[in-house]
Amino acid sequence: MMIYLDNSATTKPFPEVVDAFATVASHYFANPSSLHGLGMKAERLLRQAREQIAAMLDVKPSEIVFTSGGTEANNFAIKGVAWQYRRRGRHIITTEIEHPSVAEPCRQLEELGFEVTYLPVGPDGRVSAEQVARALRDDTILVSVMHVNNEVGAVQPIEEIGAVLARHPKTLFHVDRVQGIGKVPLDVKRCGIDLFTVSAHKFHGLRGAGLLYVRDGVRLTPLIAGGGQERQLRSGTENVAAIVAMAKALRLALERYERDIGRLRELKAEWLQALAAIPSLSINTAERGSAPHIINFSLPSGIKPEVFVHELEKSEIYVSTTSACSSKRRAPSKTLLAMGVGEGRAERGIRISLSFDNRREEIKPAVAAIQQAIKTLSEVTGSHGDEV
Amino acid sequence: MEMKYDRILIRYGEMTTKGKNRNLFVRRLRQNIARKLRAFPRIDIEYMHDRMYILLNGEPHEPIIAKLKTVFGIHSFSLAMKCENELEAVKETALAAIRQLPYRGKTFKVSARRVNKQFPYRSEELNHEVGAHILRQTDGLTVNVREPDIDVRIEVRQDGTYVTCHDIFGAGGLPVGTSGKAMLMLSGGIDSPVAGYLAMKRGLEIEAVHFFSPPFTSERAKQKVIDLVKQLTVYGGRIKLHIVPFTEVQQAIYQGMPNEYSLISTRRAMLKITDALRRRHRALAIVTGESLGQVASQTLESMYVINDVTNTPVLRPLVSMDKMEIIEMAKQIGTHDISILPYEDCCTIFTPRAPKTKPKKKKVLHYESQLDLAPLLEKAVNDTETIVLDEQDGQVDEFADLF
Repeated sequence: MMIYLDNSATTKPFPEVVDAFATVASHYFANPSSLHGLGMKAERLLRQAREQIAAMLDVKPSEIVFTSGGTEANNFAIKGVAWQYRRRGRHIITTEIEHPSVAEPCRQLEELGFEVTYLPVGPDGRVSAEQVARALRDDTILVSVMHVNNEVGAVQPIEEIGAVLARHPKTLFHVDRVQGIGKVPLDVKRCGIDLFTVSAHKFHGLRGAGLLYVRDGVRLTPLIAGGGQERQLRSGTENVAAIVAMAKALRLALERYERDIGRLRELKAEWLQALAAIPSLSINTAERGSAPHIINFSLPSGIKPEVFVHELEKSEIYVSTTSACSSKRRAPSKTLLAMGVGEGRAERGIRISLSFDNRREEIKPAVAAIQQAIKTLSEVTGSHGDEV
Repeated sequence: MEMKYDRILIRYGEMTTKGKNRNLFVRRLRQNIARKLRAFPRIDIEYMHDRMYILLNGEPHEPIIAKLKTVFGIHSFSLAMKCENELEAVKETALAAIRQLPYRGKTFKVSARRVNKQFPYRSEELNHEVGAHILRQTDGLTVNVREPDIDVRIEVRQDGTYVTCHDIFGAGGLPVGTSGKAMLMLSGGIDSPVAGYLAMKRGLEIEAVHFFSPPFTSERAKQKVIDLVKQLTVYGGRIKLHIVPFTEVQQAIYQGMPNEYSLISTRRAMLKITDALRRRHRALAIVTGESLGQVASQTLESMYVINDVTNTPVLRPLVSMDKMEIIEMAKQIGTHDISILPYEDCCTIFTPRAPKTKPKKKKVLHYESQLDLAPLLEKAVNDTETIVLDEQDGQVDEFADLF
């Protein structure tokens, strides 16, 4: 029996979503910009997807720009604001724990002469609104803070930061909602959010579709120029099938949220309890202020996390070393480092990430396998607990 | 238990002045509001001669407020709380009402009105008592009786006391349907939807007429008009769209008339057909998006020659507006972005290179007399397809399974 615990890397697509994709891709394959009837059908599908997604996110259809995914949407938000408003100012505020698709565009902008303030986080993995308030300057054009951290699941105080920014109407507020959508609710209006990022494959949609919310009145310089699709903001023939699939996935995911969020929270609590009972592990995810689906812990010293991942894989249990994107590089977890757990522990982070499809029956065999893997690997390396 | 706004108080627009007909107006408004709020089954609507109450019964007020803003015949409305005619209850209710607003750093005053003279406190006493209570129980709120940010209005009526704090402007105008029915000539451009909106604002029910010339105009142009009417249903509830097959008429005119007169004749044919549809659907006027002097067919000379085909009132709500004003209004009512989609409509395809800006009626009649258009016009009227659009309907959904 497979136990899939890597849902923050990607989720298994809902079967209905794959069906919708296949139907659209095979029957409504025309280019939505084509003038003929088939093109019109594709365009109507696109519009209906936009309307459904907008309604579910409580925004206007005209505020949605479809992208190829979360990385593009984050790049577009950050660079799009930077180009558009560079005469207004060249200072950006973000955090030390952002996903690389936010952090790297910021680095690129630094090379181009922008200044970026990276806010540190506390031991619970959270920044505070006061830090943002202190970092704000007259030339700050953008604050970009993720909603749910992808490595440890810390939920950032978006509403409080929004309240601070309400007094700075010239500073735009971008929120990376890739990990939070469908798991942790967020009131876009109340939080004063100008831009937010969503990616379909994190809620059982397919890769190749994501979106950037761009509040009415906010202008962005396009990154991808061409045929002028997406109201001139993002050129390229629309990926209609994946976008329709995203609309369906979002509907199903939000329905699952309504039905199962209580169960998911209980599941996470049980996981935390079971893992806390293994004395050689250090739990990195705070019990409070964290999302209901992400748990991060560090292995005892001497065990290499990638070896541990492969060891678990033998029992068909799938977990991650910190975030999947960076797990091919051997580097300490950026988020864990920022939380101040020390370099050793930050190098040995393991992430379990749940979906509404995970069941409590999985906990016992998975925890047993984790214990066994630690035992096996400690014996191989012969070292245990000489460093924390 | 925490006290919450439990109702919305609605103040009528102009119709409060309409003496005898008021009952009709109020009933129609009630009907329009009930239709608009069909998605909220728990609400109740109470109405009286000078105001209406929507009892929320647990339904959320934000989406209801958003919808009310699009209903014609409402001057303004406010979230309200009701309590017993008893001083302590009034004080607590007023406090609860102000606490639900972002009140910190703001100024306020209390304006009490005692309609029920049995109530033992005079208005000034009530102002004082309630004001003092609010001051004691809140932080960061100060009194300003001249220009308060928040005006806490208290009305002591026979059936209870009502407290409101914040007036929201409604769409104004008269309830749709109280002024009769008119046909709207809808092209797909920016102007005609705005004309339809303004006609509805004056209480007219409208039926839209669109001229469709396949293959010169595409299905998309037709879909665009359907989308425009759908957007107008936000204000009009339920709107019929008549789609007139116009290709044959247009070709006959194009082939049989001197080029510079084809445009004016086409317009005359459209108005004739619209008038025939008007008779059939028992309307009493025709609404167009014409404004003066923008294009060849809208010079006064053209208008005179076109209008000559009927003595039905032709209402032109945009006649006094500048183009920029029209565009601004189109944006506000949500039709602009649909209108600017670049699909050909039948007006743009057959436009002659140099239309007459000052056509002579005599000449038009002379050339038209050499054509036998009447049977074609009749056929167009008979073959007209009618679609009914309703705000509440979802998409006509062949794609339902995919979403």
